[in-house]
Amino acid sequence: MAGMVIVGAGECGARAALALRAKGYKGPIHLVGEEADLPYERPPLSKGVLASEEAPPRWVADEASLADRSITLHRANRAVAIDRDARAVRLADGTGLAYERLLLATGARPRRLQKGGTDIAGIRYLRHMADCRVLRARLGSGTKLLVLGGGFLGLEIAATARQRGCAVTLIEAQPRVLMRGVPEAIADVVAARHLAAGVDLRCGVQIAGISADENGAEVALADGTVLAGDTLVACVGAAPNTELAAAAGLGVDNGIVVDALLRTGDPAIFAAGDCCAFPLSSRDGRITRLESWRCSVEQAEAVAGNMLGEERPFETVPWFWSDQYELSLQVAGLPEPDQRVIERALDNGGFIHFHLDPAGRLVAASGIGPDGSIARDIRLAEMLIARRASPDPALLARPDVKLKALLAAQGQSTAIFTPA
Amino acid sequence: MGRWVIACAIDDVDEEDVIRFDHDGRAYAIYKSPQGEFFATNGVCTHEHAFLSDGLVMGDIIECPKHNGRFNYRTGEAKSAPACVNLATFPVRVEGGDVLVEVE
Repeated sequence: MAGMVIVGAGECGARAALALRAKGYKGPIHLVGEEADLPYERPPLSKGVLASEEAPPRWVADEASLADRSITLHRANRAVAIDRDARAVRLADGTGLAYERLLLATGARPRRLQKGGTDIAGIRYLRHMADCRVLRARLGSGTKLLVLGGGFLGLEIAATARQRGCAVTLIEAQPRVLMRGVPEAIADVVAARHLAAGVDLRCGVQIAGISADENGAEVALADGTVLAGDTLVACVGAAPNTELAAAAGLGVDNGIVVDALLRTGDPAIFAAGDCCAFPLSSRDGRITRLESWRCSVEQAEAVAGNMLGEERPFETVPWFWSDQYELSLQVAGLPEPDQRVIERALDNGGFIHFHLDPAGRLVAASGIGPDGSIARDIRLAEMLIARRASPDPALLARPDVKLKALLAAQGQSTAIFTPA
Repeated sequence: MGRWVIACAIDDVDEEDVIRFDHDGRAYAIYKSPQGEFFATNGVCTHEHAFLSDGLVMGDIIECPKHNGRFNYRTGEAKSAPACVNLATFPVRVEGGDVLVEVE
């Protein structure tokens, strides 16, 4: 009997499976994942789970909860082809799964460093729990770790490795860390915190050569410097897993292209999470691919509904966070350099930046501070962004003005808080 | 049976807001509803370590500052992913100008 087939058992795929059942779908649900582990949350792999052997992965679903819901998990298996005419997916082990609706939640994979068209061996990457176990085992006290890439992932690994007593050198070719999507003011705070923690931070350097094997790694810079370490982990971005979709003739353009219902050009096939390029409601429908934990969780819920015929356009404001040392940074919306910035200083040293477009509309908010201190204001700013609000900049700057009051002034203050 | 301890003064919490109260090495979250009633739950999210007092109260819901898991703070019930384990709740009463919570 044809049912719901989900390719990709990461958090997006697994939550979509749970949501299909929670919404009352009665037919078979097949969840296909290439990893041997049960579905788990990926963000802790660079933080708590990397920090401690004692920290178990946070499972999205365990065997009992899958069995209770009659969700069939095909682990350590892979979808190798989609037959759209027959509405069937073939797996690597030969299994054929007939689908009524198919969800591609294939995620993304780390970009690998190459020399002469082939991967450089000996470089570590972090995406899966298996990668985390391997990397963790190598991060003993006193280990010299080289981190290539100063994005969220590289910086989080650097902070965690310092906690584990490693000596850390972080190499970033761009002039500063967090060039993609994080304003300079916040990146400066992050960089200063890493320096204070003893990380050897090398930004704006040109890499001339990389060599790595089981015993060690070297990164040669254009100025002649050679940085040596026991382990090299590269965090230089990720590429969406689109091959299966492309081979099936579905539209691909930096992600599997979907409409506002997260549906591909084939009405029986949907895509969600890191692998999809979708019209972003808060950016006037611009086609966007996000690598955002929260977006993938929201899309899982939304796509499950649309696979069942709810026909509800997906709406979101992009939201990112990172925890490094005691600092937490959050960004809602997509900040761009040409936006006007209004600063709200907090009494604990943290701050929020509100980013306004030329018409005065709030389009993004970014902030950094100890622990959860900025979370509430960023969340409220996100709601203001979703409402397309243009709040008074003078009020945004004043820490004594509650953003909740500004939201209430927009009316319909609880509209975004729909019951789950 | 627990003991009743003073958590805060009634004006320490705004309506539809939350504050943190620490007692005996444990964090609690003290809420004032939009109607001015007080409630108390465990102070830390059941999903990942985050203080709910940094979160956002909307109506009867507290939203975790970290991953936006939602709970009904009157009952402790987990309302949306990634939260799936209910929050512990604690009895609260108002005496004079003080909010008291019955701690374990």
